[in-house]
Amino acid sequence: MTGGKQRTLIPRVLLATPFRLSAIYVSIFCGIVALTFIYVYVNVQAFLTRDTVAAVQMDLDVLQDRFRRGQLSALEAAIADRSAPAGNALYLLTDGQGRRLAGNLDAVSSDLWNTEGPTTFSFRRTAGAESSEAPALGLVSRLPGNFRLIVARDVERQDRVRRLMRGAFFIGYGVIALVGFIGGVLMSRKILSRIDEASTTAHSIMNGNLAQRIRVTGRDDELDRLSLNLNAMLDRIQDLMTGLKDVSDNIAHDLKTPLHRLRTRAERALKSSQSPQDLAEALGAVIEEADALIQTFDALLNIARLEAGSRAESYGVLDICTLVRDVVDLYEPVGEEQGIPFHFSCAGNILIAGEKHLLGQAVANLLDNAIKYAASSRDGAQPEESDAEISPVEIGLEDKGESVDIVVADRGPGIPAKDRERVLQRFVRLQPSRSIPGSGLGLSLVAAVARLHGGSVMLEDNNPGLKVRVRLSKNLTSDQAGRAAAAPEMRAQPHAAI
Amino acid sequence: MRVLIVEDDQTAAEFLAKALSEAGYQSEIAGNGEAGFELASQNSYSVLIIDRMLPKLDGLTVVERLRARGDRTPVLILSALGAVDDRVKGLRAGGDDYLSKPYSLVELVARIEALTRRTASDGAVTSYTVGDLVLDRLSHKVSRGGEPIILQPREYRLLEYLMRHAGQVVTRTMLLENVWDYHFDPQTNVIDVHISRLRSKIDKGQERPLLETVRGAGYMIRDDRR
Repeated sequence: MTGGKQRTLIPRVLLATPFRLSAIYVSIFCGIVALTFIYVYVNVQAFLTRDTVAAVQMDLDVLQDRFRRGQLSALEAAIADRSAPAGNALYLLTDGQGRRLAGNLDAVSSDLWNTEGPTTFSFRRTAGAESSEAPALGLVSRLPGNFRLIVARDVERQDRVRRLMRGAFFIGYGVIALVGFIGGVLMSRKILSRIDEASTTAHSIMNGNLAQRIRVTGRDDELDRLSLNLNAMLDRIQDLMTGLKDVSDNIAHDLKTPLHRLRTRAERALKSSQSPQDLAEALGAVIEEADALIQTFDALLNIARLEAGSRAESYGVLDICTLVRDVVDLYEPVGEEQGIPFHFSCAGNILIAGEKHLLGQAVANLLDNAIKYAASSRDGAQPEESDAEISPVEIGLEDKGESVDIVVADRGPGIPAKDRERVLQRFVRLQPSRSIPGSGLGLSLVAAVARLHGGSVMLEDNNPGLKVRVRLSKNLTSDQAGRAAAAPEMRAQPHAAI
Repeated sequence: MRVLIVEDDQTAAEFLAKALSEAGYQSEIAGNGEAGFELASQNSYSVLIIDRMLPKLDGLTVVERLRARGDRTPVLILSALGAVDDRVKGLRAGGDDYLSKPYSLVELVARIEALTRRTASDGAVTSYTVGDLVLDRLSHKVSRGGEPIILQPREYRLLEYLMRHAGQVVTRTMLLENVWDYHFDPQTNVIDVHISRLRSKIDKGQERPLLETVRGAGYMIRDDRR
């Protein structure tokens, strides 16, 4: 028979931990009760026997004394006197031939006469018409002249006490064991039912029903606390799953949409018989779409790598001021074309350990965003307002000791506080900005770069507009920091090649 | 000029060979790293195009072995890996240029042109002249028809790069990499804006513009001598 099948023969309740524990507990308890009983029983028995033997001995001593002093008749008289009342004292006096001379005991077995010390035997007791066997405890003594004397006590009452004790013990024992067993079973079933319920819930969750939760009874016991914690864990997992699903939905949407456009363009160019020039134009557009897709794909891969990544091999010590200034120089003409001036400020050099191209890309994304959104908000404004003043994009660096903040502040539409966390995620684009070109990956990449540099991205209100604060840990070793302090003029020199 | 293409994707290699032959190059194809190394060490090529992930012998190892033998032939590494670290590794192994897949054929041909000419024209050239446009590399002065032109440092470097590759198509990515030393995607048409500023300084009011836009590819300074 297999183990699995065998298990089904034993009720599950009996295999449950609470039952096992209560069984062990009840066994130990019963063991102690048994030991106590045996101790009490043995001691009571010994006490009763000792008591009887002492009384018999005293009686015997007195009778022997009578015999020595007053001859046989005095002894016979004393025995007759003592046996007269219906007490529990038993006597038997015989002569050398074994003839009964006195006493209330009938004949006894001949073996009895040869015993030494306290001895137990049974005798026939006659009470009225009835006669029955009864136990007795007594002493056998030889008297001078080959007379023999038995002095004993009827110990039936004592036997009854012992039987009562044993009975009480076995009943008590049985009750304890039974109550223990039933209690164990009930307790196990109670706990099992709750644990089974949790198991069932877990199974259902494993089967994809993520919204299921384990029932909480409200008794605030340990199972409730466990359930609450498991439920909290499930909530967190569900949140993450939802987030992941959003991301993959977004990815599917944002990659499929341009793919669809590309396909449609190609299909239309193929179907409608057009001039070679039209065909060339259509193909050019197809290539442009493909390039945009490749860009998005590259950005996605980049973010994934950065998020999984550790410090790149190409890290070096660089002056973040120069780096940001160079990117500002690169974008400034673009801003000017859109009528959005840049204001850049940085006091001195700030050295950090970082990856030049990644940081450059991050700053480029920030400036690109600033230009796009500042321009969109200006274009959307009333004509008389747009004449008023062109708000510059402010780019600054703030040295925070162990870290440095790159701050880019624009006067665009800004981001509502509730969406600030979200826009750092991949492909998240807020509704009003859907019309502005972009992949929705820009800020995600900035956040990934910041994280890789031991920092983070904070989005703040610029009243109005958006202020992006990219905090980077300087990550300098003590050696590099020392050199930075000693030679503040040391910096990356992109202009030096001229 | 002969080019060796070491690439295991045969279709891609054939497209590449066709594009190169249109640009005036003869090309040979090796389908794996070992064959590529054999061919490169036996014959002399103007440029080697080596894919990074190859059967039998990995692309970077091929480049390292060639460099160890003292072979200075310019190498363009092609790779599906486009991260900064991958580029750094590729150039460290001895590559002269690094292009990540998918690339445009125009971009690749432009880079091959730049690589083949670079070996010839770099070095002790002290000035570039295209038509009446003169750039003096010693004094950093630029003039057109004798009239001095004042350029910002970045504009000067942009013009210098374009003039060094006069007659060749130079792509936006090449400009971003070589003039700004950035290896990232700038999202917007930053390069176009810089070019149009440069153009307004050197071509404005001139009868014959020198700085041309090559549609779908990039820019070119016209070189009349060729």
